[in-house]
Amino acid sequence: MRDAHSEHFPGPIHQPPLASNVDAIQPHDHEELPHHPKLQHHFDDMAQQVEASTLGMWVFLVTEIMFFGGLFTAYLVYRYINPEGFAEASHHLNVTWGAVNTIVLIVSSLTMALAVRSAQISAPPKTQVAWIGATMLLGATFLGVKAIEYYDKFTHHLVPGPNFHWEGKHPAPAEMFYSLYFCMTGLHAIHMVIGLGIMTVIGFMAWRRTFDADYYTPVEVAGLYWHFVDIVWIFLFPLLYLIGGHFTE
Amino acid sequence: MFTNFPFFPHQASAHAAQVDAIYFFMVSVTAFFSLLIAGLLVFFAIKYHRRDDDEVGAAIHGSLALELLWTIIPFFITMLMFGWGAMVFFDAYRPPKGAMEIYIVGKQWMWKAQHMGGQKEINELHVPVGRAVKLTMGSEDVLHSFYIPAFRVKADVIPGRYNVLWFTPTKPGRYHLFCAEYCGTNHSGMIGWVEVMEPTDFQAWLGGGRASDSPAAAGEKLFQDLVCISCHRDDAQARGPQLKGLFGHTVRLQGGATAVADEAYIRESIVNPQAKIVDGFLPIMPTFQGLVSEEQLLQLIAYVRSLGEVAAPAPAGAAAAPAPGKD
Amino acid sequence: METLNYLNNGHGLKSWLLTKDHKRIALLYLVSITVFFVIGGFFAMLVRLELLTPAGDLLTSETYNKMFTMHGVVMVFFFLIPSIPAVLGNFLIPIMVGAKDLAFPRINLLSWYIYVLGGVFTLVAALGGGVDTGWTFYTPYSTAAANGHVITAALGVFITGFSSILTGLNFIVTIHRMRAPGLTWFRLPLFVWSHYATSLIMILGTPVIAITVLLVAAERGLHLGIFDPALGGDPILFQHLFWFYSHPAVYIMILPAMGVVSEIVQAFTRKNIFGYSFVAFSSLAIAIIGFLVWGHHLFVSGQSVYSGMIFSFLSFCVAIPSAIKVFNWTATIFKGSVCLDSPMLYAFGFIGLFTIGGLTGLFLAAMGLDIHVHDTYFVVAHFHYIMVGGAIMGYLGGLHYWWPKISGRRYSEPWAKFSALLVFTGFNLTFFPQFIAGYLGMPRRYHAYPPEFQVLNVASTLGASILTVGYVIPLIYFAYSLFAGEKSVNDPWGARGLEWEIPSPPPTENFTVSPVVTEGTHQYVHPNQEVGLA
Repeated sequence: MRDAHSEHFPGPIHQPPLASNVDAIQPHDHEELPHHPKLQHHFDDMAQQVEASTLGMWVFLVTEIMFFGGLFTAYLVYRYINPEGFAEASHHLNVTWGAVNTIVLIVSSLTMALAVRSAQISAPPKTQVAWIGATMLLGATFLGVKAIEYYDKFTHHLVPGPNFHWEGKHPAPAEMFYSLYFCMTGLHAIHMVIGLGIMTVIGFMAWRRTFDADYYTPVEVAGLYWHFVDIVWIFLFPLLYLIGGHFTE
Repeated sequence: MFTNFPFFPHQASAHAAQVDAIYFFMVSVTAFFSLLIAGLLVFFAIKYHRRDDDEVGAAIHGSLALELLWTIIPFFITMLMFGWGAMVFFDAYRPPKGAMEIYIVGKQWMWKAQHMGGQKEINELHVPVGRAVKLTMGSEDVLHSFYIPAFRVKADVIPGRYNVLWFTPTKPGRYHLFCAEYCGTNHSGMIGWVEVMEPTDFQAWLGGGRASDSPAAAGEKLFQDLVCISCHRDDAQARGPQLKGLFGHTVRLQGGATAVADEAYIRESIVNPQAKIVDGFLPIMPTFQGLVSEEQLLQLIAYVRSLGEVAAPAPAGAAAAPAPGKD
Repeated sequence: METLNYLNNGHGLKSWLLTKDHKRIALLYLVSITVFFVIGGFFAMLVRLELLTPAGDLLTSETYNKMFTMHGVVMVFFFLIPSIPAVLGNFLIPIMVGAKDLAFPRINLLSWYIYVLGGVFTLVAALGGGVDTGWTFYTPYSTAAANGHVITAALGVFITGFSSILTGLNFIVTIHRMRAPGLTWFRLPLFVWSHYATSLIMILGTPVIAITVLLVAAERGLHLGIFDPALGGDPILFQHLFWFYSHPAVYIMILPAMGVVSEIVQAFTRKNIFGYSFVAFSSLAIAIIGFLVWGHHLFVSGQSVYSGMIFSFLSFCVAIPSAIKVFNWTATIFKGSVCLDSPMLYAFGFIGLFTIGGLTGLFLAAMGLDIHVHDTYFVVAHFHYIMVGGAIMGYLGGLHYWWPKISGRRYSEPWAKFSALLVFTGFNLTFFPQFIAGYLGMPRRYHAYPPEFQVLNVASTLGASILTVGYVIPLIYFAYSLFAGEKSVNDPWGARGLEWEIPSPPPTENFTVSPVVTEGTHQYVHPNQEVGLA
């Protein structure tokens, strides 16, 4: 129909729509069909929602890789320039605590996987909450150990800035090493704290009987995040704690 | 306002014409394609102007032949530009041997130049026409960039390291010198002049004016004042490597690596001596970071150079390292 | 009597500030982006006024340095990067893929709040005394020597980066998972392809600038020494990390505009794009190669000549897909049914000015030539040709093209044509003289300059004044159209695409029934026309 006001503007093409690309007729309307109470209505069905949620978390984790990547790049550059200085500085880190934390996180990934599994098989809420709780306990342990290590650095004047004091042969590279140490482990610790926050919410939802075999996407997605934070530590530990081996001096 | 309104700066170095040549080529290519596209747009807009409300365009989807054509031809043009640009860069990159050396220190917000004969300048640089000049440049504080438009040369001046810039002036005259890397409040005031003189005038300029120590002589004084001599000496009490004939030599370091003893190496050895330890010596040299300015570092380097340079690297393990000191 | 649509479905501030509707969120972004554009433009006006005379006589040096810094920060991070994706992308992508909304509507709203929070930080930095580091925050000046609120500004940029990341994430998941039945990748509108490529850059690049500005803030606040040579750090490492994002960032700014131009050119010639798959793949090629060229910002820094050569080579390569697009757009217009309404005027402006801007980028990619023009007004002219002559014209063209869909109203076409011409004229007068000034040697970021550059600067400021008027007029007629513009039909332009099949303005859920797509969305083929070249 020609628009009555269209002196200057051509109206819609006069003939019936040419090669209309849309067969808009089939009622594709899911609102008439029963659906899961957790289905968000902009999705067609639960399958699409699950796929979108998991893809979303994977994409987010890619951004996190790039985020940590900047720090890893700085680390690689400065380690390449100062190999001895970095090795000397690394020897002052406590490998035992670092190894303990590594084990703690690996086990926490196990408990997290079991939490996801328990939701997936519609285990009782008590079981789900138990695994989630175990994961959180291990995460908190990790942070506790880091707190002990940070305090130790503070008392030994290893915090970069005006109070930094280094007795060894390479003071400038040591300060650089510890700058990177605090930035990298600090950023990682912040991610752990956020992870604990997420797990609190997930734990609460599990206690409220939200998750079963038909719907456990939030647990799965939280699990992906948790595993990622674990993997970052798997890289941080050898790069920071194990330079040059600790067993020769 | 209308004085001196050219489109191109003076061509005052041997390099400038090379830069202008590739510039002209690229301007031509840009003008050609811009006019071509603009012309086609205007032409098509007129020729195919919509005549009635129901008109639609032709049913054309594409053409592989055309796509290949306008991919491959631009690719060749860009590769030509790449190669040409790289060659012009090579010319600017490597100073020829025997170039006249001048040290430059940039600091907020002035340029300090130091000729090897001791002449110092601030915000001015006198050079003779027809002779290659090599500038070794350091910064006292933040990033700067040394830019002489008439010569078409520029190099960043970076704290903590040295960058080199070279040119051969071809036309006497007075040319702008600009700082081209934003460096704070008075960045646009960090400017000056390069004065290109006939060789005789330049000699006269060198001779006149306040006599001051050559950088090498000033460096020697510093060497005494800072008591470097206590370790860097050529007798059995020496605890540090000999400096005679060191400059340009390839040095053997602890752990087997080697390094060439150039300006950057000497600077690093003074401000961060633990970074590279010469094979056969102990890591006992204290750092002078913060105790010497960039200018003084250049003077010390000039002094070390004056102790003899080596044109070609010596064989590995040769005699720059006397017997280890005590302990 | 008014039918229910997304604009009148719910009234009151809460229904807007807590909306999950991608279309309302797009309008929230439209308002805030316009505010920041005005702020950034204000800073630019002060810069241009100062540059009327060679002496620094209008502002103090410190103030001038803050003006160009904040012009850059606001325009890059708070206008150019969000503009098309956050306004037009948010509005159109769900509709173009046949969905009811983006994959994560609440994250979409969150991205707007994050953007606003980052903007507040930056405004606090500006009002609290300003930042004078340049938008590039080079160290060690920014960490050790600058006066001003570097940390606040850096945090503002950091926070806003997450808005960009979440937008890109949302687009990627939506395009992958929420296409209507029958809508295969190669039936997608090119606007969607270009936003997909943009989103890849957003998610991969933005986190790197985030960590980099965070390190700058940490270094300045905690004296860490990662980039400060006095503490053993490397200022060039900062430049690498910074440009690793900031070069792909310029493709975030231009790819969406290219998508807009592809749509407008098809609609206003009523013809299929020439070489659809080439245009689609060129977007991906630009995104990928664009990550590999950052070192062309460091040719004079003393980096190895070999790495310089690699960066130079790849910088030339990244120009090729852009050239392919320009040729394909031009070929589309050939034998089209050309209508020169205002969106098409902006598209034409884009094609011409982007061609010049892109080709002048090649000057900078040529290493030997870059030595001379690096850090001069030549670079300033180049990037303004792309970002203003390109991206902003694409944004304005898109706003005009989709305004009837977004608002349900028609704006005044004569005024729109007039301001398009003002923008084109003002723009060229502002920035073309800067190419000349740059080659003559006028460095950038100069508060005062030698007198021989004055005539070029006066021309440039005159152009900027015209350009400003050209930007203000649309604000007026768009606002006016909301109250008194004639109502629009579904398809006022006679264009093709899912967005033109639904009402103007659309209902909240976009489609009452999900479309099922049977062929590409831009078939203008009349059954009686001969089939053209394959």
